Amino acid sequence: MSTPTITASVTIPGESLPRVELAPVAVDLLRSLWQEHGPLMFHQSGGCCDGSSPMLFMAGEFITSEQDVRLGQFDLAAAGQPEQPLDFWMSTEQFAYWSHTFLTVDVVPGRGSGFSAEAPRGVRFLIRSRLMETAEPFAAPAEPAELPPEAATVPA
Amino acid sequence: MTVYATPGSPDSKVTFKPRYENWIGGEWVAPVKGQYFEDISPVNGKPFTEVARGTAEDIDLALDAAHKAAPAWGKTSATERAAVLNKIADIIDANLELLAVAETWDNGKAIRETLNADIPLAADHFRYFASAIRAQDGDHAQLDGDTVSYQFHEPLGVVGQIIPWNFPILMAVWKLAPALAAGNTVVLKPAEQTPASILVLIELLGNVLPPGVVNIVNGFGLEAGKPLASSNRIRKIAFTGETSTGRLILQYASANIIPSTVELGGKSPNIFFSDVAQEKDAFYDKAQEGFVLFAFNQGEVCTAPSRALLQKPIYDSFLSDAIARTKLAIQGNPLDTSTQVGAQASNDQLEKILSYIDIGKKEGAKLALGGERADLGGDLTGGYYVQPTIFEGHNKMRLFQEEIFGPVLAVTSFTDYDDAISIANDTLYGLGAGVWSRNGNVAYRAGRDIQAGRVWVNNYHAYPAGAAFGGYKSSGIGRENNKLALGHYQQTKNLLVSYSENALGFF
Repeated sequence: MSTPTITASVTIPGESLPRVELAPVAVDLLRSLWQEHGPLMFHQSGGCCDGSSPMLFMAGEFITSEQDVRLGQFDLAAAGQPEQPLDFWMSTEQFAYWSHTFLTVDVVPGRGSGFSAEAPRGVRFLIRSRLMETAEPFAAPAEPAELPPEAATVPA
Repeated sequence: MTVYATPGSPDSKVTFKPRYENWIGGEWVAPVKGQYFEDISPVNGKPFTEVARGTAEDIDLALDAAHKAAPAWGKTSATERAAVLNKIADIIDANLELLAVAETWDNGKAIRETLNADIPLAADHFRYFASAIRAQDGDHAQLDGDTVSYQFHEPLGVVGQIIPWNFPILMAVWKLAPALAAGNTVVLKPAEQTPASILVLIELLGNVLPPGVVNIVNGFGLEAGKPLASSNRIRKIAFTGETSTGRLILQYASANIIPSTVELGGKSPNIFFSDVAQEKDAFYDKAQEGFVLFAFNQGEVCTAPSRALLQKPIYDSFLSDAIARTKLAIQGNPLDTSTQVGAQASNDQLEKILSYIDIGKKEGAKLALGGERADLGGDLTGGYYVQPTIFEGHNKMRLFQEEIFGPVLAVTSFTDYDDAISIANDTLYGLGAGVWSRNGNVAYRAGRDIQAGRVWVNNYHAYPAGAAFGGYKSSGIGRENNKLALGHYQQTKNLLVSYSENALGFF
């Protein structure tokens, strides 16, 4: 049986729709890495070089705080197996700019990724994005149909 | 026009060894676990050498060597250390083409940049810190008639440095030069995407540096970077990379109570006020080039001017001219001196850039140029090339907020000065920025009002030694490229001396 896509549970208080999912290839890789390392976590990175990509750490290795938001929790376990919870985190300040997008964690061939755990396998986690159905991105632009240059006046 | 021969061919300026071990204690040392990984050239997507896949055991060996070398190196005079740094600079100069070809082959960047920027800047950087350490004085204060406070600079000891892949040699030198000038010994972990060129350099240096003063362990972040960053045997950790790893490194530093400097990227605004277009003269031409610099180094620069902010009255005309100018950029074989845009450094970098082009379209940004992977044909078909890409949109889009690290520009407009500064500062980052205006008052005020560590005024992408470089906000902590960096690699020793013969009188 082929690996399914796994959608994260909703973990942001007051929300009802999931925000992040794992492509089947990511599920397979994560299950294998879980066997090697034990419990895992994602923290979405920003910035330089290997940034703007999800970083996979041993669960608890990266200390989250009130400056982070948990976008969702995956259960990697196959049906009927004990739970394998994996949280997906992002810094709160970054989430302010990402909240209108739904994220899919994919895998591509690659090399190197900060301290992320998949790198020695010669692969790299990658985020693919689409707009959230319910989101109203860039709330209340004056004239959304008239994108640049007019749209630059969107209120902060 | 010159096309440098491909490494591996008989005429190449550089010959890579089939395999590189770690550089520890002044010699090649095989990795303890015996594992290696392939180094792939982004120029053609093919492996060209093997590099040690170091682990905690290799980091330990390197730390042993660094600790062994530290006492003697730390006691050398500034004069002696400066002489060593100047010798290194001379060796780099004497091997300019060899190092430039090695760097281009490892990273994919155009050889015109390695020949004229990366490698000459690396040499100059060593000379700058050779001078800076010679010129650095201690401090003293006569606190009263009999009491003098003396302050001495002392090295920290053994420091760890983790290097990014976008300027593999130059970024290593930005960190090595101040550390060595200040009398520290170093364990350095290059990026796993570009592990080889720095090894070519260290081999050229031979025994100019005493054994153990610089040790290089390659490997993956989790397997080699983490054991270095979290070791209780380093007195400082320096890192350039992204925010999550940066936070993790600061976390490890806090556990060991050691300082850490981190440079974590940016999303730099490049602001063009209307008056730049008041004449179609040399300055206008310079400003147009300043716009196109988003594609410099394929956009793989932490300070890439990846957000262009154009004042409304000139938006259409300036952008139209700039798009035409960008179309002239020559994308091709990175070893050809006429090539202006080379290859992205790795396959995953290519994929990430394409994923951002995708979300840009989904967010409703207007694609004005490029937007595709480029197939250059022939031997370069397997390489990682992206067309210079320009989107129009607004600053709340993710295209405008995330560091894509590719030749992808997000353009928007602004109404007036306050609007420009507001958009410029509406970002998590604060590393670089550009301001273009013929009005010195406007340019100065904007430079001061933008929350970024480096604001280029009427220029962009210059990195001369001497000009402090570092971030505000989430772009990190610390300054490089200036004598201020010495302070990040020095301890302060205060001797408080009484020249009085008399007791205090307390007891």
